[in-house]
Amino acid sequence: MSNASVHANRPSSLTITIDGREVNAVRGQTILEAAEAAGVWIPRLCHFPGLEEFGGCRVCVVVANGRSCASCTQPVAPGMVVENETEQVLETRRAIIEMLLVEGNHFCMFCEKSGRCELQALAYRLGITASRFDALWPKREVDASHPDVLIDRNRCILCSRCVRASRDFDGKHVFHFAGRGAHKRIVVNSSGSLADTSVASADRALEVCPVGSILPKRRGYDVPVGARTFDVAPIGAGTERARPEESR
Amino acid sequence: MGEQAGDRRIVIEPVTRVEGHGKVTILLDEQGRVRQARLHVVEFRGFERFIQGRPYWEMPVAVQRLCGICPVSHHLCAAKAVDHIVGADRLTPTADKVRRLMHHGQFFQSHALHFFYLAAPDLLFGFGSDVLARNVIGVARAHPELAKRGILMRKWGQEIIRVTSGKRIHGTGAIPGGVNKNVSLAERDEALRDLPQMIEWAQAAVGLAKDYTLSHLDELADFGSFESSHLSIVRSDGALDLYDGNLRAIDADGRTIFDGVAPARYADVLAEDVKPWSYMKFPFIRDLGPDDGWYRVGPLSRMNTCAFIDTPLAEAARREFRAITGPRPCHVTMAYHWARMIETLHAAEKIGELLHDSDLQGSDLVVRGERRSEGVGIVEAPRGTLFHHYRVDDDDLVTMCNLIVSTTSNNVPMNRAVESVARKYLSGREITEGLLNHVEVAIRAYDPCLSCATHAMGQMPLEVDLLDADGRLVDRRVRDGS
Repeated sequence: MSNASVHANRPSSLTITIDGREVNAVRGQTILEAAEAAGVWIPRLCHFPGLEEFGGCRVCVVVANGRSCASCTQPVAPGMVVENETEQVLETRRAIIEMLLVEGNHFCMFCEKSGRCELQALAYRLGITASRFDALWPKREVDASHPDVLIDRNRCILCSRCVRASRDFDGKHVFHFAGRGAHKRIVVNSSGSLADTSVASADRALEVCPVGSILPKRRGYDVPVGARTFDVAPIGAGTERARPEESR
Repeated sequence: MGEQAGDRRIVIEPVTRVEGHGKVTILLDEQGRVRQARLHVVEFRGFERFIQGRPYWEMPVAVQRLCGICPVSHHLCAAKAVDHIVGADRLTPTADKVRRLMHHGQFFQSHALHFFYLAAPDLLFGFGSDVLARNVIGVARAHPELAKRGILMRKWGQEIIRVTSGKRIHGTGAIPGGVNKNVSLAERDEALRDLPQMIEWAQAAVGLAKDYTLSHLDELADFGSFESSHLSIVRSDGALDLYDGNLRAIDADGRTIFDGVAPARYADVLAEDVKPWSYMKFPFIRDLGPDDGWYRVGPLSRMNTCAFIDTPLAEAARREFRAITGPRPCHVTMAYHWARMIETLHAAEKIGELLHDSDLQGSDLVVRGERRSEGVGIVEAPRGTLFHHYRVDDDDLVTMCNLIVSTTSNNVPMNRAVESVARKYLSGREITEGLLNHVEVAIRAYDPCLSCATHAMGQMPLEVDLLDADGRLVDRRVRDGS
């Protein structure tokens, strides 16, 4: 019996529970996708719709059947019991966000991405006012050599969205990782200078950056305070608004 | 004149009811006479250095973090400098007026804060009055209506800032070449509702400051006062213009030292000196040299340099103010308070004028022109003339930043005031808290912002140590400010 026929005999729809609530899912979905479809928001930084999953930031951590896993890469299974908003899970997420905040040089008070930054928005939503960890204050480079695009590595969280978006959305392969561990960083596929790449300010690689690391030049602060993405609604509110009325 | 064997050193640290952290050291000789008195600014901020390498459009938002009291001044001054870099030589009427509205909201709230919260305890109760009541709580107990006005005036000014910049403190309204929002009719109407009350209260505050100054003039005329040059920007017709204009400096007799100097040429007429004992720089007028080129800035100086004020109530108040000294400039340090309240009234009138202008509701917000590598912005901040100067490279990153903040210009004057008051009130006497407060009163007249960032607000203790020549503690007086 081939694998195909086995799959063909299994129902494609299944049920999981998230924080005790039954949620319909489809075989092949990740936990994050199933939750999203059911109006349950799970925080995330490296996941982006339409991009291959990376599973790197770990902010989407949940406990599934008693084990911690990245919900953006873990497929659903029939009867799976998922913990999303338990104190243990929330605390793990807070610790991850706080580590990200000290690992780079994040100055929300004057960052032009403030109010539109997913890292900042997650910190606010999870109730983080300061990190419990000591800041590392790493020395990072700014590449402003391109006439219209800037990389500020001080704010990069190595989520790889730009790497995948440049490759899969823009078809350009502009961004890559180099180095390992604490020395890992975003590089560009040229002389090493952004000016020598084919990047353009309209590239989706810029749009998907969750933080203020890859930016179109000269547009900072053009949206007034009060009208910025997360001034209007907190992160995740869009997913939660879409949740079916009876299950709220 | 340094420390000598047998000298005693008194330290007032921190100086209270000023913005930021500073200390005063007073050296007494064996006879208890004041040998030297200095105001030290003990904070190091370093903005000029760490802003290097950042994109120029960050400047208005980043550099305003220098200050929590008048961030709008830094925000707008940086924006004006960056306007030159993006080639925006003339903003749209909407952008110009939204920025001016923000600026006058800033003046109104900052001046109200200083007069009602920081200066009022000295003026109402006396410089040497009971320390337990000589604070903002004491003002609230003895003069509840006055304290309430101070709070509500400040609130109104901050609301003006919010509708123009998005936030009461550290907004983002001014961007290179313009602004990112206009003022809606609803926002305008909300601000207009309290305008008549604010003008009335500002007039009353002018009256209070005037009456205080005139009734104490004999004492105040000699209190930390001295003749000096004065500097500010003024409009092309000589009118008081807090947002834009060219540099004018006058000497102690009111004669012009220079006039009509465009902001971009500021370094032709001003230079900066450094001293080993303070993190502040010492700007001076080039033609007069580092020793004699010091000058004063701020409300007192602006009353002296401007030819007139273009709002009627403030102009009438200015005429009364100037009538005291006739054709000569006013040099009375404590008259800063009166001048400050005249400007508060002017700010309220200007806000009213701007709120009635339909350009505020315009949608043409930003202009850009030919990109340049350098920009200078100058505004009159509540505490005096503020300079921002940036150079940027071809990649749009800042390579040089020079800031001359108002308190820096008033550095020499404040030190003169400190020394003069110390000599007059402390020499040969037993030092008491009340006497030491006289030194702080002279500093407070300038409303200094020592760091442009932090607040003391009367909550910090004052500790004075008297050491003998061998450094042994012989006396200590502690004022617990909590």
